[in-house]
Amino acid sequence: MQRIGVFVCWCGSNIAATVDVQQVADELAKEPGVVYSTNYQYMCSQSGQQMIQEAIKEHHLTGIVICSCSPRMHEATFRKTAAAAGLNSYMVEIANIREQCSWIHKNKEEATEKAIILGRAAIAKVHLNAPLTAGESPVVKRALVIGGGIAGIQTALDIADAGFEVDIVEKKPTIGGKMAQIDKTFPTLDCAACILTPKMVDVAQNEKIHIYSYSEVESVKGFVGNFTATIKKKARYVKEDVCTGCGLCTEKCPMKKVPNEFNQMLDNRTAIYIPFAQAVPKVATIDPNACMMLKNGKCGVCSKVCTAGAIDYTQKDEYIEQQYGAIVVATGFNTIKLDNFDEFAYSQSPDVVTSLEFERLMNAAGPTGGTLLRPSDHTHPHTLVFVQCVGSRDISGCGKPYCSKICCMYTAKHAMLCREKYPDTEVYVFYIDVRTPGKNFDEFYRRAVEEYGVHYIKGMVGKVAPKDGKLMVQASDLLANDQLLIEADMVVLATAIEPDESARSIATMLTASMDTNDFFTEAHPKLRPVESPTAGIFLSGVCQGPKDIPETVSQASAAAAKVIGLLVKDKLTCNPCVAESNELMCNGCSACEKVCPYGAITYSDKEFRTPYRTTIMRRVASVNPAVCQGCGACTVACPSGAMDLKGFSTRQIMAEVDAICK
Amino acid sequence: MQEAMIKRAKELLAEGTVNRVMGWQAGEFAYDITPTVFSSADELDKAFVYNDFCSANVSKYMIKESRKEGKILCFLKPCDSYSFNQLLAEHRIWRDNVYIIGIPSYGKVDVNKVRAKGVTGITGIHTDGPNVVVETIYGSETMVKMDVMEDRCLCCKSKKHMVYDELLGEEGEVLQSNRFEQVEALENMTPEERYEFWRSELSKCIRCNACRNVCPACTCENCVFDNPASGVANKAPSSDFEENMFHIIRAFHVAGRCTDCGECSRVCPQNIPLHLLNRKFIKDINELYGTYQAGEDKDARGPLTNFTVDDCEPSIVHHRRG
Amino acid sequence: MQVEETKEFKPTIVAFCCNWCSYAGADLSGTNRLNYPANVKIIRVPCSCRVNPMFILRAFQRGADGVILCGCHPGDCHYTTGNYYARRRMTLLFSMLDFLGIEKERTRVEWVSAAEGAKFAATMNDFVATITKLGENRRLEDIRCKKQ
Repeated sequence: MQRIGVFVCWCGSNIAATVDVQQVADELAKEPGVVYSTNYQYMCSQSGQQMIQEAIKEHHLTGIVICSCSPRMHEATFRKTAAAAGLNSYMVEIANIREQCSWIHKNKEEATEKAIILGRAAIAKVHLNAPLTAGESPVVKRALVIGGGIAGIQTALDIADAGFEVDIVEKKPTIGGKMAQIDKTFPTLDCAACILTPKMVDVAQNEKIHIYSYSEVESVKGFVGNFTATIKKKARYVKEDVCTGCGLCTEKCPMKKVPNEFNQMLDNRTAIYIPFAQAVPKVATIDPNACMMLKNGKCGVCSKVCTAGAIDYTQKDEYIEQQYGAIVVATGFNTIKLDNFDEFAYSQSPDVVTSLEFERLMNAAGPTGGTLLRPSDHTHPHTLVFVQCVGSRDISGCGKPYCSKICCMYTAKHAMLCREKYPDTEVYVFYIDVRTPGKNFDEFYRRAVEEYGVHYIKGMVGKVAPKDGKLMVQASDLLANDQLLIEADMVVLATAIEPDESARSIATMLTASMDTNDFFTEAHPKLRPVESPTAGIFLSGVCQGPKDIPETVSQASAAAAKVIGLLVKDKLTCNPCVAESNELMCNGCSACEKVCPYGAITYSDKEFRTPYRTTIMRRVASVNPAVCQGCGACTVACPSGAMDLKGFSTRQIMAEVDAICK
Repeated sequence: MQEAMIKRAKELLAEGTVNRVMGWQAGEFAYDITPTVFSSADELDKAFVYNDFCSANVSKYMIKESRKEGKILCFLKPCDSYSFNQLLAEHRIWRDNVYIIGIPSYGKVDVNKVRAKGVTGITGIHTDGPNVVVETIYGSETMVKMDVMEDRCLCCKSKKHMVYDELLGEEGEVLQSNRFEQVEALENMTPEERYEFWRSELSKCIRCNACRNVCPACTCENCVFDNPASGVANKAPSSDFEENMFHIIRAFHVAGRCTDCGECSRVCPQNIPLHLLNRKFIKDINELYGTYQAGEDKDARGPLTNFTVDDCEPSIVHHRRG
Repeated sequence: MQVEETKEFKPTIVAFCCNWCSYAGADLSGTNRLNYPANVKIIRVPCSCRVNPMFILRAFQRGADGVILCGCHPGDCHYTTGNYYARRRMTLLFSMLDFLGIEKERTRVEWVSAAEGAKFAATMNDFVATITKLGENRRLEDIRCKKQ
């Protein structure tokens, strides 16, 4: 039996004016288990708290009920008060008789009656309270960044700057991501490589950062502060630490007809390749699907020409296990496949290109050396049509329902660059709306229209038909209410972006939640935009939603700040009000695991004794208290009632219900 | 069928694939069929029966049996296979320890319906085309099978097996069933009529727990109604509402997991149509969250451990008829 | 006159409020001195998904005349997904109670954010008015009484 003390606060006149505090204290003194009941003007004051502490000691109280303001106000205060007097802080319950009683009722009799009932409910609950201790878990002072694009790079640099070890895992042979493929960046038109490659070099030279390129995260276990990741370092058949990146092998390799993914398949590379000149790490990689030596053992040219002796055809995938305190997802995006958009003739004509392909065609390091030439006949195009929102803001189901956000600006950039470099071109842009929120963005777009004479036409392109080497573009001009037929040389599609195809499997691995479009969900859309609801998982860049470079970089730094905030702690204090599974009652049905938003529940087969002196194996759930946030979803999903929530247990809530309904 | 089943069971026992066979045997009376575990060819010869009275769903027994040493042979009718699959989804059965033979079911006979035709002293039953022949101590009686079939078989949802290692006899198809008609009829009543209906039905409950004990979804190690800590385990009802609470909570606990096998109503000694509660949940789930059949896909996420952001609001109940 | 007043029916209402949105919303209606009847007693739960149908039935069993569950608006759950599960559970439970012939007005779910003090008070006023009109909750208490 608990020895309960009741403390009724007047809150000056805030409570005492409408609630007869003396009567409340007297009535509650009659409740079973209550050994002390009093009232005082200000319970939260120094002397009020002292009074509580003295009563705890004097009457050997095992639980206290404070009838006062909202627990959201002073629960923490009174918990500390109790702890200072040697009573477990979770043996405190608050009856909210101010916000939910005295302030809303005018009739003193009614309010007093209600205050007594609320007090009874709190007493009924505290009878079933158990002392809880907040656990602690250590923090591994190392971060993992998945994805080596600009988002991952910025996050890694910021975390390393604060003095913590960071590993970047990048599935491509080099870091740099999509930004490395881009020609110029809006709204300043400085070249992407000029601002990105120094950062890549910074990453390579930073002692705190380790790059696992051509690698993938294979599995992640553990929880905030204590993740264990297995990283698969794919065999690149070149010794990374020996290769000097001289590139001789790539010149001599006889397999020269391998589509070059860095140039969006617009030209070819060799079977052994370095994606681009400024690649980090600058190490060659052999494409096992193209290499004759790996496929049928006939060739070996690269091995012969390599003076460093870096080629190793027998290399195997390597698995590395590493501990981390925090994980940042920076998996980025891809342009969508255009199979559903036949009307734009993308598959029929090489002169219909996506914007990312167009970036490569404009890029000095691209397949045409920066001269804008039509892919079909390498002639200079005179009329270019840009189509916006290809697959974005699409509710027909062919594309994506969301706005890809970056297309309006890069289309303005492309149109502007075309007109600047080749004043003889005619440039048309078809749009639904032009969206330019961002610093200096609208000015940029207006310059495209006003200074560079780009023809912006509100309307969509209905059909693109290749005819005699030209592209017949049928479109509508909604403002002029006119049908247009443009004979174009090239059509550029502002293709929607979607999360990288690896995102879903990574989300599953991390038990991080995703929306229906496979973008990672943030813990709170406004207040916690760079954290995943899963503790210890942070989001950086487009994996969370479409973003341009400035936004990506700021989010990357924000994620880094959150990671640093976590890693500087030596230990994490856990919320003790977490779910707990009673193994004796657990069926192992997995219902709780399915509704847990944090992946806090795991299962194991355990041996149990039966009444017949035998043992039986049963699958049972256990909750990781460091990961559980205490929502209680599992407690209701569990049919057997094996899962309960400490601090809000089924019996406690039922006791409150009973006290109120009595 | 019975001979073919015994023959195959003996083969599997002989070759050592299994060391036990889950089947049925007659109890005190020929129609009083009990699920039984057989462990030798002799036992099979002596007692194994499979006839139109063998309606018990044996999947629930596999929870305990599959944890014993050696593999057990289990004959599953199509509707039992749904229950079995659902239990697999919930990790309750150790699949590796069960060898499943899927057997067809053309509807089981309700002995009460036979008795209602004035037949007594039943000693056996067999199917003869569209008819069943009931043997009695007074001779045999032939009757149209549809007339004496169990209600749940008359609105069968599927003749297809969801899980098996081998099949005996023909495999059927998922059927278009009219099983929700009774639920609909109740829904179309006024709340007062519904209340009266359930009051007269549920007031018959004697809390014998047969429905819970037979239910292949009610497999908790420790049922909330037996657990003093759950707050609902009152052996002696503290209020008149207790029995209703029992049935509502039981239906809710199996919602999204109930395969609609109908065992609860079959075993109810008071003949309460308990399956209607479960069917109501199934119907609601189908209508509100998309068609879902528990036990169909063992990897599917159940409707109550799932959601979409566009789910209807609970107020939809207020806007619906009635 | 006096006698009539004592006979006036005052329903017992249990309101389950999630800690993060609705309980804070209830606090806000207090801070803003927005009145609602004293019949409403609030039970604080961490999230609407903590509310087990058993709690609601228990309340009715013990004499509650109405039960209301308040949580964060869908999409705003502190635990991201809790109220989505609560929404499905409550929809099905309410539908079942309706199926048993129990007045559907006695159960309700409302999404109240921490900023919606006014909505909280208005909701409670409306709910109490509805239940007062319905009268005492006999149906859930004496369902076992057999017809004569």
